[in-house]
Amino acid sequence: MSTENDTVKTPQKSDYDDKFGSAEQQETIEKLTQSDYKWGFTTDIETEVAPKGLNEDTIRFISAKKKEPEFLLEWRLKAFRYWQKMQEPHWPNVNYPPIDYQDAYYYAAPKPKKELKSMDEVDPQLRETFEKLGIPLDEQKRLAGVAVDAVMDSVSVATTFKKELAKHGIIFCSFSDAVQNHPDLIEKYLGSVVPYTDNFFAALNSAVFSDGSFCYIPKGVRCPMELSTYFRINAANTGQFERTLIVAEEGAYVSYLEGCTAPMRDENQLHAAVVEIIAHKDAEVKYSTVQNWYPGDKNGVGGIYNFVTKRGICLEENAKISWTQVETGSAITWKYPSVILKGDNSIGEFYSVALTNNYQQADTGTKMIHLGKNTRSTIISKGISAGKSQNSYRGLVRVSKNADNARNFSQCDSLLIGDKCGAHTFPYLEISNTTAKVEHEATTSKIGEDQIFYLNQRGIDTEDAIGMIVNGYCKEVFMELPMEFAVEARNLLAISLEGSVG
Amino acid sequence: MLSIKNLHVSVEDTEILKGVNLEVKPGEIHAIMGPNGSGKSTFANVLAGREEYEVTDGEVTYLGQDLLDMAPEERAREGVFLAFQYPVEIPGVSTSHFMKTALNAIREHRGEEQLDAMQFLKLAREKMQLIEMDEKFLHRSVNDGFSGGEKKRNEIFQMAVLEPKLAILDETDSGLDIDALRIVANGVNKLRSSDNAFIVVTHYQRLLNYIVPDYVHVLVDGRIVESGDKNLALRLEEQGYDWVKDNDAVTA
Ligand SMILES: Nc1ncnc2c1ncn2[C@@H]1O[C@H](COP(=O)(O)OP(=O)(O)OP(=O)(O)O)[C@@H](O)[C@H]1O
Ligand SMILES: [Mg+2]
Repeated sequence: MSTENDTVKTPQKSDYDDKFGSAEQQETIEKLTQSDYKWGFTTDIETEVAPKGLNEDTIRFISAKKKEPEFLLEWRLKAFRYWQKMQEPHWPNVNYPPIDYQDAYYYAAPKPKKELKSMDEVDPQLRETFEKLGIPLDEQKRLAGVAVDAVMDSVSVATTFKKELAKHGIIFCSFSDAVQNHPDLIEKYLGSVVPYTDNFFAALNSAVFSDGSFCYIPKGVRCPMELSTYFRINAANTGQFERTLIVAEEGAYVSYLEGCTAPMRDENQLHAAVVEIIAHKDAEVKYSTVQNWYPGDKNGVGGIYNFVTKRGICLEENAKISWTQVETGSAITWKYPSVILKGDNSIGEFYSVALTNNYQQADTGTKMIHLGKNTRSTIISKGISAGKSQNSYRGLVRVSKNADNARNFSQCDSLLIGDKCGAHTFPYLEISNTTAKVEHEATTSKIGEDQIFYLNQRGIDTEDAIGMIVNGYCKEVFMELPMEFAVEARNLLAISLEGSVG
Repeated sequence: MLSIKNLHVSVEDTEILKGVNLEVKPGEIHAIMGPNGSGKSTFANVLAGREEYEVTDGEVTYLGQDLLDMAPEERAREGVFLAFQYPVEIPGVSTSHFMKTALNAIREHRGEEQLDAMQFLKLAREKMQLIEMDEKFLHRSVNDGFSGGEKKRNEIFQMAVLEPKLAILDETDSGLDIDALRIVANGVNKLRSSDNAFIVVTHYQRLLNYIVPDYVHVLVDGRIVESGDKNLALRLEEQGYDWVKDNDAVTA
């Protein structure tokens, strides 16, 4: 099973390298690890694996292992039965060989991997990437599967933050813990935004989800720190089905960060997550993702299939949900973080950078569903295609007939690097109210030779020049990210673009 | 410092430079004048390493090295600077980030220490003052939404930061108001030393009152047809190019 865990962004100073100048910027990457992380490296771990394949017994096994209440098992089983009747969708603009859902493990405690003794044993290419990202050494070791003792310290630091959060009545824990400790909240909200009937992968996730995060901000509370979760796929041959549920009560505010990194593997792995956000009256939720799952090698071998359902609902008036995503990883990305604008005057935002290189494919965008009056949505999408990759923006703006004075502004820009890649835009508009104001702008451009030459002429080499131009192109989106994430995103873009030249 | 022999350059099979010869020594300022379309920008861009231009014959030696063999960024790091006739806009990239990256790439090449953000800012502010530019330009995206004159001034700012050995100014005076012209010229004069050289492409003798050239060359139809001192510029201003047009190529 994956080691998935929750941490709180640490505001403390850290002593790792000073790559990015200011002290805040040094805190680029999560330093803390999560409570169940120790699974990966200790010997007393559970090694049980559910039998390969997917049937009701597998689901009962998972639910029993996790000591889940009856309602949850029932819900999983309903989802599974529903899923069995569904067909895998093939409408996105991506191509991949058929997935054999029976040929995977749906519950596997991590197998003790061969433990590496020092960083010297780690693949040099991986090490180089880490260094460029400025990932602290402990974190590097962790990602690469090197034993780290220091992790124990971080766990205690994490606990300190949990106390701080508890003081405000904020619940931030793993999904499994929430099921045990707050079953009423789970029962109330689970599946309320993304029902298991929603789509093939959401149904699959609902049946077999392993763990995830739960976050609850009580009425009137402004979460004093950014909450962050690092998901990782560690075990080979296990699909990753995590589930995130965020509830912001009236007047609450939270900024939530999701970072994804996965070790390199030759085989493809399925990642079918579900994220649900509920924003009550006057509440605001900012959800930022930097997705850097393994994209496969330069020949298109390996990499993650990232088929994710993310949706938020502005349940009552004046609620606001913003999605900001920077997608540079995964062999295939297929996701549409969406907002249902149910409450009057509610606001939905989507800021996206999706970069594809080599043989990566991305079909991503958003859905803004305007139900309430005076609802507003903004969509800014920047797609960058390099190598032989394919990059599609797909977005829906729907204004229902009662949504008087709804407004939407969409801007979808595509940038091509080289001439073997593709960029596609599929904007859908469904407007059933004549008072709606909907604006859509789209551009497609090639990265300018004259821009590259201009930077070359000042001493900057072509790879850095492209990185700089692309980063400039994405600035509007990066500005929406918390600072340390923005730094990480910039570095990621530069790394992901490597080899896109010439 | 720079030695150009029999340089022939084509674009898309059309020959534009037809045998240019030029010798530039440290401390010298060379002005290049000539009618529109005669090949001045082509010449400047070829020296900077622009790929669209194909060198079909001739050689260029810069500080003892084969310049034509070097990538554009290597030339820049070795001290070749081109102030573009049409500076390019880079949206979303701040001028300060751009220049800090450029300067550090050059410093790295020279084996010098990298400047951190504070050190760079201090330097950049000094240079901004030198050419009387408002500091706010440091934070704006490179040339994005700059007026024509501001773009030209930004080129000189960049030159001041990078302190090149060989600076090629392609019509930096065009589009500048009278005050800006004086300021830019002052900037150039302050950077002038016995170690560096300038090639100044211009249409107007006026600039040469401020930046006094050691030599003036006239480029017509891809050849240097006349060379002289600053008085040649005065004569061109009075008489136009007709009288030199039929000259044979000279070796400057
Ligand atoms: N990329 C190109 N493709 C086709 N023709 C070109 C290209 N670049 C330059 N030329 C042609 O080469 C000739 C010389 O151009 P160049 O820009 O060097 O002239 P110039 O002397 O700088 O003129 P001006 O005084 O107007 O700036 C012109 O006829 C121009 O049209
Ligand atoms: Mg010109």
